Amino acid sequence: MEVTNGLNLKDTELRLGLPGAQEEQQLEVSCVRSNNKRKNNDSTEESAPPPAKTQIVGWPPVRSNRKNNNNKNVSYVKVSMDGAPYLRKIDLKMYKNYPELLKALENMFKFTVGEYSEREGYKGSGFVPTYEDKDGDWMLVGDVPWDMFSSSCQKLRIMKGSEAPTAL
Amino acid sequence: MGLRLPSKVLEHILSFIDSNEDRNSVSLVCKSWFETERKTRKRVFVGNCYAVSPAAVAKRFPEMRSLTLKGKPHFADYNLVPDGWGGYAWPWIEAMAAKCPSLEEIRLKRMVVTDECLEKIAASFKDFEVLVLTSCEGFSTDGIAAIAATCRNLRVLELRECIVEDLGGDWLSYFPETSTSLVSLDFSCLDSEVKISDLERLVSRSPNLKSLKLNPAVTLDGLVSLLRRAPQLTELGTGSFAAQLKPEAFSKLSEAFSNCKQLQSLSGLWDVLPEYLPALYSVCPGLTSLNLSYATVRMPDLVELLRRCSKLQKLWVMDLIEDKGLEAVASYCKELQELRVFPSAPDLDEANIPLTEQGLVFVSKGCRKLESVLYFCVQFTNAALLTIARKRPNLKCFRLCVIEPFAPDYKTNEPLDKGFKAIAEGCKDLRRLSVSGLLSDKAFKYIGKHAKKVRMLSIAFAGDSDLMLHHLLSGCESLKKLEIRDCPFGDTALLEHAAKLETMRSLWMSSCFVSFGACKILSQKMPRLNVEVIDEHPPETRPESSPVERIYIYRTVAGPRMDTPEFVWTIHKNPEIGVSHLAIK
Repeated sequence: MEVTNGLNLKDTELRLGLPGAQEEQQLEVSCVRSNNKRKNNDSTEESAPPPAKTQIVGWPPVRSNRKNNNNKNVSYVKVSMDGAPYLRKIDLKMYKNYPELLKALENMFKFTVGEYSEREGYKGSGFVPTYEDKDGDWMLVGDVPWDMFSSSCQKLRIMKGSEAPTAL
Repeated sequence: MGLRLPSKVLEHILSFIDSNEDRNSVSLVCKSWFETERKTRKRVFVGNCYAVSPAAVAKRFPEMRSLTLKGKPHFADYNLVPDGWGGYAWPWIEAMAAKCPSLEEIRLKRMVVTDECLEKIAASFKDFEVLVLTSCEGFSTDGIAAIAATCRNLRVLELRECIVEDLGGDWLSYFPETSTSLVSLDFSCLDSEVKISDLERLVSRSPNLKSLKLNPAVTLDGLVSLLRRAPQLTELGTGSFAAQLKPEAFSKLSEAFSNCKQLQSLSGLWDVLPEYLPALYSVCPGLTSLNLSYATVRMPDLVELLRRCSKLQKLWVMDLIEDKGLEAVASYCKELQELRVFPSAPDLDEANIPLTEQGLVFVSKGCRKLESVLYFCVQFTNAALLTIARKRPNLKCFRLCVIEPFAPDYKTNEPLDKGFKAIAEGCKDLRRLSVSGLLSDKAFKYIGKHAKKVRMLSIAFAGDSDLMLHHLLSGCESLKKLEIRDCPFGDTALLEHAAKLETMRSLWMSSCFVSFGACKILSQKMPRLNVEVIDEHPPETRPESSPVERIYIYRTVAGPRMDTPEFVWTIHKNPEIGVSHLAIK
């Protein structure tokens, strides 16, 4: 059974009903109907909205190596540090866990981050790494599992000194 | 009338004729011309490896020096052809090894090539010089090592977008220790690291090296070191640019590039950070080809680079270039002939880039030499298409992919019929056309009527009925390859125009409404067409009127092939027998 993008092709495939019972136009085509041209004849299907567009096999016609490159392997986020003259960018995909990320940040901005504890955040150095997540909220780096963090982090900001409370 | 041209004279005349189309015509004149032509043809091209048997080709062209073969249908690039369909190189390699030992060049596209094939090539052709594998799969780096080790005259080794089982970078050390004859090396599709010292030494002992395309595992430091050893390169594919930006790294890179005074083509540039682009400025004025389609660089960094590329003829870029960037291209890159704009976010949900039809209109207006376009865009308008057709009647290849299926002209809400009519009518030299967006049967009437030179046509999510196919198959005089997906036509037009199919190389149809019954009729009616039904389910388990998932029809003189997998059903020519797997399992 051909599975693409974790999705069983059957979900979007040409459906075949009982022998002899089909008229051509009743058959669902493995494509997404847009709001205009086609009548949606598949009354036998649920009235749920059409499958998400990303589920069309082989569409848009881009080779898989392009899809991978553009979406999966690169995840650049801007990094700012309070007091530093310009922003930097890092690729989150280059790191597998928090220690690696923090070390890279420390090297990049020449500082040391304090010791992290779940209860009290970062203590000891006055630098607090924070990030903006998909909802636009500013969070403390380290609270959520790495994978969750790396997929929701939009921006990083290293707060410094008096601006940074030891706990958010 | 009675005078016959001595074959020696004819041979001499033929030595000036390279084009295989011309040679094919020559071979049809009479038997003696056929004989002379076949004995002198050096470069053989087989567009569909199943159209003719390897033995027949080897026998016909004993003096073959170069063989080019294509296997899977084009839509295999987009995962529409299940794995295991076919396209095996082995029978060809085996046949050539036996009959044409002087073969020097092999170029394969979309074929399954095993290590065994590569080892056979290495062992059988003592003057072997050129191996180009494009979109191939089935081999490992061991096979490459065999080629490197054994082919002492190897000039060209290019692995273009292949799927290779990468067992590590050792293969590179198999090239002969003495100086090599390498002119071109492309291993950009391999994943694993090669030892930079091996690469450095190879480059140093390859004085003829002109083209080098590295894989992403090669670092910036590695690149600098290689460029120092090969400043004569005319084509470069960089490795990955992802690295910490250190000031010394930048200036070393800049210097290395500035010493490459003959560089004309640049590609790779994976993960390139905008801060590194200025290192390339020195080579920009000489560049004729630039592939930025893997570089997630945005505006205005892109413009800073492109405005220096006044000689650019070929540009591949992502839609991150935006309309603004294309406007700049239109004013700075006056020599542009080919433009490809790829989507940075192929998943529609994330599409959010300010690239519209206007970008392509800018380039069409500003770049007089533009003749080849591949453009991905969320939506389009008829007006834009009309402008493009009017400004660029010299277009030879026009592939527009409106990413939103069935998207009408977003300003007027009409189908894009008028626009594509203008393209078909206005661009009289059009050889290749891909259409998209909302299209009615009418669009295909125009295309059928006006696209007289179009050889390859790609269609998706279009049309209303059988008329669509009828228009295409009754027009399009030069049509050789037609590939269609998700269009609502059925059996009628296909059966009515069966004879047309023999004038074409192939027809691919997937997710259309063609029934199994029609496939049977077609196959029995047309003995020189292979009608392959590619379907998960045995067609006999369903009524004849039910549509099949995918059909691939191609002309052949070799009869049905014997290597079909379980999911490919070849309709037997004898109606008594019906459907079978002709492969002997």
